[in-house]
Amino acid sequence: MRAGAVSKRQLSQRTAFTFLIVATIIAALPVLAIVIQIIVSGVDAISLEFLTEAPSQAGKAGGILPAIVGTFYLMLGTIIVALPLGVMAAIYLTEYARDNWFTRVVNLAIVNLAGVPSIVYGLFGLGIFVLMFNFGMSLLSASLTLACQALAMTVTTSREAILAVPRQYSEGSLAVGATKWQTIRHLVLPQASPGIITGAVLAMSRAAGETAPILVVGAAFLLPGLPQSPLDQFMALPYHLYTVAAHVPGMPKSTMWGVALVLLVVVLSFNVLATVIRLRARQRRYSS
Amino acid sequence: MRKRKKLLIILPVVVVVALVVIIVTLGGGGGSSSIKIIGSNTVTPLSSVWAEEFMGTNADVSIAVSGPGSGVGIAALINGTTDICQASRQIKQSEIDQAEANGVEPYEIQVATDALSVVVHPSNPVSELTILQLSAIYTGEITNWNEVGGNDIEIVAIARDTNSGTHVFFKEHVVQMQGLPAEDKSLEYGGNVLMLPSTEEGVNQVADNPNAVFYPGLGYVTEAVKSLAIKQTADSTGILPSLQTALDGTYPIARPLLFYTDGEPTGVIKDFVDYCLSPEGQDKVIEIGYVPLQ
Amino acid sequence: MLGRTSTVTTAEYGKTLRRRRRFGEKLIESWVFLAGILTIVVLLGIIALLLKEGLPAFLYTPPWEFLFGTEWYPVSDPPTFGISSFFVATLWVTLVATAISVPIGIACAAYLAEVASAKVRETVKPIIEILAGIPSVVMGFIGLMLLSPLVQSAFNLNTGLCGFTAGIMLSLMSLPIIISISEDALRAVPDDFREASYALGATKWETVRHVCIPGALSGITAAVMLGVGRAIGETMTVLMVAGGALAVPVSPADPMMPMTAAIASGIGNAVRGGLQYQALFAIGLILFILTLAVNLIADRVLERQRRKFAR
Repeated sequence: MRAGAVSKRQLSQRTAFTFLIVATIIAALPVLAIVIQIIVSGVDAISLEFLTEAPSQAGKAGGILPAIVGTFYLMLGTIIVALPLGVMAAIYLTEYARDNWFTRVVNLAIVNLAGVPSIVYGLFGLGIFVLMFNFGMSLLSASLTLACQALAMTVTTSREAILAVPRQYSEGSLAVGATKWQTIRHLVLPQASPGIITGAVLAMSRAAGETAPILVVGAAFLLPGLPQSPLDQFMALPYHLYTVAAHVPGMPKSTMWGVALVLLVVVLSFNVLATVIRLRARQRRYSS
Repeated sequence: MRKRKKLLIILPVVVVVALVVIIVTLGGGGGSSSIKIIGSNTVTPLSSVWAEEFMGTNADVSIAVSGPGSGVGIAALINGTTDICQASRQIKQSEIDQAEANGVEPYEIQVATDALSVVVHPSNPVSELTILQLSAIYTGEITNWNEVGGNDIEIVAIARDTNSGTHVFFKEHVVQMQGLPAEDKSLEYGGNVLMLPSTEEGVNQVADNPNAVFYPGLGYVTEAVKSLAIKQTADSTGILPSLQTALDGTYPIARPLLFYTDGEPTGVIKDFVDYCLSPEGQDKVIEIGYVPLQ
Repeated sequence: MLGRTSTVTTAEYGKTLRRRRRFGEKLIESWVFLAGILTIVVLLGIIALLLKEGLPAFLYTPPWEFLFGTEWYPVSDPPTFGISSFFVATLWVTLVATAISVPIGIACAAYLAEVASAKVRETVKPIIEILAGIPSVVMGFIGLMLLSPLVQSAFNLNTGLCGFTAGIMLSLMSLPIIISISEDALRAVPDDFREASYALGATKWETVRHVCIPGALSGITAAVMLGVGRAIGETMTVLMVAGGALAVPVSPADPMMPMTAAIASGIGNAVRGGLQYQALFAIGLILFILTLAVNLIADRVLERQRRKFAR
C-alpha cells in the first residue's frame, strides 16, 4: 500500500470521527445549557418561604408547598399501586407462564402500554376513574391513572431483574424441597430487589414529571391547604409550572423558573437515586 | 411459621380490598366545608384572591380554584364535578339543556365586569381599531398592519383556545360583530390565528413580538403591552378600556364575569358568594384590575 | 448461597400440611396470574374506552370527512370536526424532530460505542440520561422562554411559536432513546466481525461504517422508530410551543396544533358524551393506533436483532 493512499483513508477517518464528536457535543450540550439556565434563573426564587408555604395572591406570592406535597402524594400513590402489581405480573411472566400464545399476548400488551401517549392515559383516567368510577377530579383518580402508565415500566424492570438471578440458585432451592413460591419469596425476590427498586424509583420519577394525564384528570390551580384524603383535589409541580408559565397575569419570571428548578431537582434526584442503587447492587454482585 | 407467612400475603391484600371498598362507597362525597371553583382563566385571579380572603376569616372552609377555561367549568358543572363554575361568558342554551338533562339547574350570578382589552406591542403605531377591522383581522381577511394604518409587517393574531370563555365571547361579539349592522354569524376565526392555552402566554407573546395582537381581560394587561382604543363604528370615538369606561358602558367590548351554581347557592357556598358581592369583595375586584358591579 | 429457605420434613407434619401448603401455593399462583393479566386488562380497557367514546364521533362526521376535513370548530353551531390540520401538524413536528435527532443520535451512539474511551463514555452517558429524565413540561417551558424568541429572530418569522420550535424540543426528547438503543445495538455486534475487518486492513472508521453500523441496522431502525413514537405522542411540549393555529400547516415555520395538543386543549371543555368529547376521543383513538403501530414494528425489529446475534 502506498503511503499516499493510507493517509487519504486516515484523513477520511479523522473527518468522520470529528463529525461524530461534534454530534456528541451537540447531543450533550443542550442538557447542560438547560440545567444551568434553570438553576441560574430559578435559584433567586428559592427560599424557605417558597418551599414551605402555600401560594397567595393567585400564586404570585407565597410558596409552592401544596404543589410539592401533591407531587409526593402522587408518586406515593402511583408506586403503591404499580409496584406490587408490577412485581407480581413479572413473577407470573418469569416463573409461572408457559411459552404459549397467551404469554406472547401479555408481552405484546406490555410493549404497547409502554408506548401509549400520556394524553391517551389522561383520556383513559378521565373516562374510567373520574367519570365511570365516580372518583372525581382527585388524587385517587390521578394516582391510578399514573399507576396504569407506570405499570409497563415496573413490569419490565422487575422482569429483567428477576431474569438476572442465576437459575442455579432457584434450582438448588427447589432441589432441597422448597416450594416454588418459597423459592421466589426467600431467594429470587431478595436477589432481584435492587433491580426492582431501581425500576420503582424511575417510575416514581416519571410520575413526578407527568403533566398531560393530570391536566386531563384535573389538578387544581390553587389550593389553600394540603389534600386530606385521596378524594381531595391536589396541586402538583408539573401542572403548577404549566399554570404559572401560562395562566397568571404578571407572574414574576423568577417564580416560574423557581418552580421549574424545584421540579427538576425532585425528578433528577430520584433518577440519581435509581442509578446509585443500580451501581451499588452491581458492585456487590461482582465483589462477592 | 407458615401460617404467619400466609397471613403476610393475605392480610395486605384484604386491607387493600377493604380500602378500595370503603373509598368506592364514599365515592365523590366531599366535606361540607370545602368549595370547588372551576372554570375561567380570566376570573381565576379574582376568585383566588376572594378564596384567600374568605378562608382567612373562615378557618374551617377550604376552597380550591382551577382556571383552565370557562368551557371546562361549565362542563364540570354539568358533570357534577364542581360547586361553583366561574365563567367569562354566558352559558349557552344547549349547555343549559345538557345540564338539565343531568339534573343540574344552572343559576347565574354576576360577580364583576371585565373590559376585554385589545393589546399590541408598544412599538406598534396603531392606536385604535374599529370592531369591523378587528373582525377582519381575526378572520384572516386583513393580514398586514399597514392595512389598518400601521407598519408594513404581517399581523400575528393571537386568541385563546376553545376551553376559554374569552374565545367564545370574542368570537360572538367581535368576529361575528353581534349587535352591529354588519353582524354575520357564519364568520369563524381564521386558520392562521394562534390558539394559545393561556392568557398569560398570549400577553407575553404580545410583549415580545411587534407583529402580535391579543385580547386579554383587563386584569391581565401589563405595562409591557399597549391597549388599543376601540371604535364601535368608523364614526365613533375610540374608547380605551378602563374601570370608568366599562362601568359607564362606553367601552364597546365589556362583558360580565359570572359564577354558576347548581340551583341557588346555600350554606357555605352562599356565604362565599355573599362575600364576593359585598363591598369588601368588590374592592378586591378593583385591586385585581377588573371592574366591580357598581 | 441458597438463602433462607424453609426446609420442611413433611414426614413430621403429615399430609394435612402438604395439602395446606399446596392450597397456599395455588392461592398465590392465582393472585400472580391475575396480576399478570392485569397489563392486558389495562390495555384492553384503554382500547375499549377509546372505541366506546370515540367511535360515535364517526356517526356524526363520516370518517372520510373527519380524517381529511380541515374545519375544526367544536364550539360553533353546528360544530364541525375535521382533523387534517392536526394530523399534518403531527407529521411536521415529527419530521423536524426526526431529521434532527436521527443523524445526531446515531453519530453519537457510534461515537460512544466504537470510538470513545471509557472515561468519555462514562461522562457522556449520564448526561444523556439526565436529558431523558427532564419532564416534558420543563422542555415546553424552556422552548417557550428561550427557544421560541431565538427561532423567531433567527429565521425572521412572525412568531417563534411554530412547528420548528416544537420539532427542536421534541428532537431533544427523542435523542436519548435513539442514542441508548442504537448504542446497545452496536455493542451487540460481535467483536469477531470487527476483528475480521481489521485483519483485512480496514481502519476503525471503515469498520464502523461498513461492518458495525450495517450489522446493527435493525437495532438502529428500531431505535429510530421508538424515537418517532415518542415524538408523535408528546403532549406538553407541543401544547406550549407549537402555536396552536387551526390552518393546515404548509411549512414547519407555521404555527400549528398537533393531535396531542388538540386533545389537551379541548378536553376540559368537553361535556361527557357530547359531540366534542367524542371527537376528542376519536383523535385519541387515531393517536393510539399510530403509536401502537410504530412501537409494535420497532419491537419486532428489535427481536430480530436480538435473535440475530444471540449465541
